[in-house]
Amino acid sequence: MDGKRKESSLVKWLLIDISALFLGVMLLLPLGIVIWQSFKQGIAVYMKAVTDKYTVSAVLLTIEATVTAVIVNTVFGLFAAWCITKFKFKGKKLISTLIDIPVTVSPVIAGLMFMLLYGKQSALYPYLQKMHISVVFAVPGIIIATVFVTFPFISRELIPVLETHGTDEEEAAALMGAGGFTIFRKVTFPHIKWALLYGIVLCTARAMGEFGAVSILSGHLRGKTNTLPLHIEILFNEFQYVPAFAVSSILVAMAVMILVLRSVIEAVARR
Amino acid sequence: MKRRIRRVMTIGIALMGIMMMTACGNIVDAENSSKVELINVSYDPTREFFESYNKIFTKHWKKISGQDATIIQSHGGSGKQALEVVNGLEADVVTLALEYDIDAIENEGMIDEGWIDEYDNDSSPYTSTIVFLVRKGNPKGIKDWDDLTEKNVGIITPNPKTSGGARWNYMAAWAYADEKYSGDEDKMKDFISKIYGNVLVLDSGARGATTSFVVNGQGDVLIAWENEAYLSMQDYPGEFEIVTPSVSILAQPSVAVVDSVARYKGTEKAAAEYINYLYSDEAQRIAADNYFRPSNEDVLKEYSDIFDLNVKMATINDFGGWKEVQKKHFSEGGIFDSIYS
Amino acid sequence: MRKKKNKRVIPGFGISLGVTLTMLGFMVIIPMAALIIYTSKMSFSEFVNVITGKRVLSAFYVSIITAFTASLINAVMGLIIAWVLVRYNFPGKRIMDGMIELPFALPTAVAGMALTYLTTDNGVIGSFFSKFGIHIAYTRIGITVALIFVGIPFVVRSVQPVLEKLDGSYEEAADVLGAKRMTIFFKIIFPELKPALFTGFGLAFGRCLGEYGSVVFIAGNKPYYTEIAPLVIMSRLQEFDYTAATSIALVMLVISFVILFINSMIQARNTRIVTGRQ
Repeated sequence: MDGKRKESSLVKWLLIDISALFLGVMLLLPLGIVIWQSFKQGIAVYMKAVTDKYTVSAVLLTIEATVTAVIVNTVFGLFAAWCITKFKFKGKKLISTLIDIPVTVSPVIAGLMFMLLYGKQSALYPYLQKMHISVVFAVPGIIIATVFVTFPFISRELIPVLETHGTDEEEAAALMGAGGFTIFRKVTFPHIKWALLYGIVLCTARAMGEFGAVSILSGHLRGKTNTLPLHIEILFNEFQYVPAFAVSSILVAMAVMILVLRSVIEAVARR
Repeated sequence: MKRRIRRVMTIGIALMGIMMMTACGNIVDAENSSKVELINVSYDPTREFFESYNKIFTKHWKKISGQDATIIQSHGGSGKQALEVVNGLEADVVTLALEYDIDAIENEGMIDEGWIDEYDNDSSPYTSTIVFLVRKGNPKGIKDWDDLTEKNVGIITPNPKTSGGARWNYMAAWAYADEKYSGDEDKMKDFISKIYGNVLVLDSGARGATTSFVVNGQGDVLIAWENEAYLSMQDYPGEFEIVTPSVSILAQPSVAVVDSVARYKGTEKAAAEYINYLYSDEAQRIAADNYFRPSNEDVLKEYSDIFDLNVKMATINDFGGWKEVQKKHFSEGGIFDSIYS
Repeated sequence: MRKKKNKRVIPGFGISLGVTLTMLGFMVIIPMAALIIYTSKMSFSEFVNVITGKRVLSAFYVSIITAFTASLINAVMGLIIAWVLVRYNFPGKRIMDGMIELPFALPTAVAGMALTYLTTDNGVIGSFFSKFGIHIAYTRIGITVALIFVGIPFVVRSVQPVLEKLDGSYEEAADVLGAKRMTIFFKIIFPELKPALFTGFGLAFGRCLGEYGSVVFIAGNKPYYTEIAPLVIMSRLQEFDYTAATSIALVMLVISFVILFINSMIQARNTRIVTGRQ
């Protein structure tokens, strides 16, 4: 940094090495294992696993759930962030705590909650069945679970930014007679667009990989309600390790792509 | 202000409604004349078997009804699978590890009473038994259940609370103890405790246990379904050996049509035929190829070089049937719980 | 009402609060209520009975002890990593920075599978440690390893922004006055970082407590030894025992709520530090 307060370079490199070693062992090694295992039996086996019809349908379902989660949570995130940062009202702390709940709630519990709400124990169930709507053990259940686990991701990115930014500009615009949407579009949005994009990236990443909650609500119907992580588990249980790792590598590739995207976004935003 | 809030609430609710509607787009198809879709909810070790069976059934069904059948499989621990069916997983047929699990579905009124007599052999088209899978050369010299109580032996078996197969494993050990101590329950409990004291990994399903043993190299012996043991031998030639204990148990996986679901979906005929056809010679041979013991005696004899037909096999009825066994051993506070306290 | 309205010049309060509350209601409050209502079907003594069952208590113990250890390790390592990322320049810094979110993006099931593969006694890491008689996979150490993996981003990402915004003048002053680096760090920098560190620790702890996907592969699920609370919930579910599952879930829900509440209080202080607003 600015030279005035420099640790001895011994300390500096020691700390860097510790960090690198820790991240290398904890993050890169597992990643490497996935890639290495999936190509162990050659590219042909890999391609066969990746283009298998169950894999393809799992990819499609994962994308469907992820896209829905991102859309719903973006809408929610924008409104919630606006509501929490631009106004003062009672119960604000409670609301922001409630928003954060899905991050710390065990995915297993999340799945259980929706099971109780829409499953056979629920008072809603007879009505749902009458309308021939299945939520649990069907695609809607998977989507709802995915929305839940990624619920706060976008609002959490937006709130700090808006909080630092304050409300002066919006107030001024409002006093000059601008409408709500105009204020948002012209005044607020330019400030939060990078945070929003970052939130979307995180939300996508998490939605893709959700396992626990989805596992409870899915019923594991092959080709129907299997997301990629569930499909991986099934392959793993079938002793098809190479295909399991191969399908994992799709997710790893998506994850890495998303992280690269994130870095690019951040670089652009900093500029 | 108040009115605005209310208006806004309505907009919000409408928005949620739309979201729900789009999410709930997949309304169950009523029976279509040219297609039928069956969901078969099964337990862990039947994956390969049903993969092959579904192929011949699709052909067979096309021939007799002209419909194209799609069969969707779901596999997992037997108890868990039954629970999911009870909770609304719309299975047309269940092919589970235990009578008890199907009884649980029956108790919810989803399967008509008397399902067990609906098909031959207590509605179990194929059977299996419990054997030991040990590492090549059997380094710990495991020959029978007694050897599993030795201090230095590491055992892998799934959790009887969640896995149907594990309950068969447990009962096989119990059957041996019964024979050995001629019914002295205290000694039998002690014996069982010693065995479970040696368990290294208690997975939730039979497949998880096999994975721990075969792939991750845990333990010296896997207590497993016979078919599961053979599959491991096949996948990893030369690494394992099968040891058949002197006493084991006749494991009867059960099958049934889930009547309420089949009625609701209008798939009764196809579902009934799906199970019926399991008893055909072709299906029985496929079962045998996948190391399940066919219930058809003639087919079983064709495969006598694979199956050890001389094991002394107890049946679950020797212990009063599954209801009794479940209550005594596996329910909360039962014998199994006392092992771990 | 009128008075308040005058204070709010910015439009959109009604609609944003409305949408927030409705969605919050549908996604979080109603499902949580379903859980609570379901638990309330059992009597209080039954509830106490379930959650003080020996196996349940030991599962909570295992969950808390492993989550705590993992978060503690993450707090230390996260602080070091954040420090390295903010204060030093070195080749590969950008990559290291980008990597931090990997546990977020990598599905936990895949992570669990890969970590198990690495740490069994035949695995690359496991075989090394097993020479010293340390087994990782299928023990509590294994669970801790998986939880460290999941928790990495939380501490780093909480501490990093605070460290970046930290006012250097006190540090310089102390330096000029001849204080040792260690003293400067512990007396000046650390107190400033403490709230952020706690937040990160709390978030990681909360997340670890509930983690299922990666742990289920590596844990071995032995009752009293490596069975964590989410696993007990799962196995109770598989045993048709809904009430027991929901009671345990309720306790965990309360724990996460408490963690979050404490956290958001610390966070409020934290924001003031970051933004400099009082």
